[in-house]
Amino acid sequence: MNEHDDLSFGAIFNDTGSRSEPANTAAASTDEPVVICDGVHVRYKTLATGKKLKLGGGGGMLKRQRGIQEVHALKGVSFVAHRNESIGVIGTNGSGKSTLMRSITGLTPTSEGAIYAKSRPNLLGVGAALIPDLSGARNIMIGSLALGLTRSQVEEKFDDIVEFTGLEDFIDLPMRTYSSGMSQRLKFAIATSVQHEILIVDEALNVGDKKFRDRSEGRIRSIRENAGTVFLVSHSMRTIKDTCNRALWIEKGELRADGPALDVIREYQAFNKEAKERGE
Amino acid sequence: MDMAKLAAEHGLDRVGGRPSLPQYVKQLISRSDFTYTLAKYRMQSENERNRLGMLWVLLRPSFSALIYGTVFGVIMQGATARPPDFAPFVVIGVFVLEFFNTSMNGGAKSIINNASLVQSLPFPRIVLPIAIVFQNLLNFIPTFIFMALLAMMWGGRPDWDWFLFIPLFFLFWVFNQGVAFIFARVTVHFRDLSQVTPFISRMIFYTSGVFFELKTMVEKINPDLQPFADWQPINNVLSIARGILMKDGVVPYDYFWHLAIWAFGIFIFGFIFFWQAEERYGRDE
Repeated sequence: MNEHDDLSFGAIFNDTGSRSEPANTAAASTDEPVVICDGVHVRYKTLATGKKLKLGGGGGMLKRQRGIQEVHALKGVSFVAHRNESIGVIGTNGSGKSTLMRSITGLTPTSEGAIYAKSRPNLLGVGAALIPDLSGARNIMIGSLALGLTRSQVEEKFDDIVEFTGLEDFIDLPMRTYSSGMSQRLKFAIATSVQHEILIVDEALNVGDKKFRDRSEGRIRSIRENAGTVFLVSHSMRTIKDTCNRALWIEKGELRADGPALDVIREYQAFNKEAKERGE
Repeated sequence: MDMAKLAAEHGLDRVGGRPSLPQYVKQLISRSDFTYTLAKYRMQSENERNRLGMLWVLLRPSFSALIYGTVFGVIMQGATARPPDFAPFVVIGVFVLEFFNTSMNGGAKSIINNASLVQSLPFPRIVLPIAIVFQNLLNFIPTFIFMALLAMMWGGRPDWDWFLFIPLFFLFWVFNQGVAFIFARVTVHFRDLSQVTPFISRMIFYTSGVFFELKTMVEKINPDLQPFADWQPINNVLSIARGILMKDGVVPYDYFWHLAIWAFGIFIFGFIFFWQAEERYGRDE
């Protein structure tokens, strides 16, 4: 633990404080960093192609503006995530939460700073690999293969996945006939059937009925218990409270707070209340 | 105070790096189940969408053969020096070229049309162009059988030469795969190129001797350009296929090694060229 003490980054939260959550005792015993963000800046250049809407104005196609705009999405974010932690990421819309998660997976390059990880972090998202015209059963196959399982591993897990979705009666129907809740369940079941070392969940727990939500939270917890690290991006403070032991609060691209989930949420809610009173 | 040092102490790697070439090949091999299943399932779903299903695999090249046969064989009769046995000549040309065209166009779209897949899951990206070309190969098998049946209708007879199709289509596949690798990466850098590929394939169509004998044509224009006809890879494939299937066909055996040089050269170059941009695929530009 002492190896962290000489780190002068204010944002780093030393994960050995007294925490009420039982899961934390396990975390403290393996205080091993798995993801390190070191002063991460992300700047985007986007081609602003749209012309300004002007009713009745002339000009037309040729006058369309094609200016390049720079967006400074992250402004120096640093933190260390450890094995067995489950980290909630909160912040208002457009604050940079998703950009941070995408940088951690390596999809968005950092403009400054560096990100280190034990293994390549996975986004909990398998939807893009699925083929709507094919049956749920075939999609379980292709989705799990996309996540890196072999064919025989998928065959082994197949029944468990089907059971978890609760879609036994529909599994041979094409996925395009599923309701959105049903396909979300299928995707979640496939995505979490694999043991992830570092998993990023972006607002995926808010789907389905209460029963499925509880089961999903249980899955996330079991991934964490099996020596995984989970990042959970959510606007539901209840979900974060129930599943996370630590929280990061990102505001306007900066890390505003980093600490035990309950403390950070309290701070965040106080900030939001204040902003509301100011009339923002 | 150094985070990079902390990372190094615990064996953490920097995110967004590119694996070495041997590592990359190893990753690719471990994903062979995925590659194969992706190709198979996508083929099924694409063909199930149409009412006539798999039949379209045969109908598409038949229609093109019919059109080109009509235009160049009937309407413009006499305008061009028509090779003998024009019908099987055009059919073989159009059907075989279809595998190349679909591979080039499919390769060009393989990364840009799968952006969300590339952005959400880690796997060697080269799986995507491989899957699309394999899918085209699976589609090509019934086309080929149909083509052989048509050739027999026009007097071709199966003989030992037909076994030459195995090395021929293997080389053709390797060649198409290499071309698909190159187009897959280039369209990521210049997205607009996917708009241009249909023109490129048309250009190739008109210069590869699909409905005329390239060798005779080149002879007429400038005899010094003969090496162009002898080394044009598509012409190599078409000439060998015609030599095997047509009634009085003669197989130009030295085209095999011309094609082999092309196929492996393009494949190896394409593979490395694609791998060099591995970390860029799916990133926001």
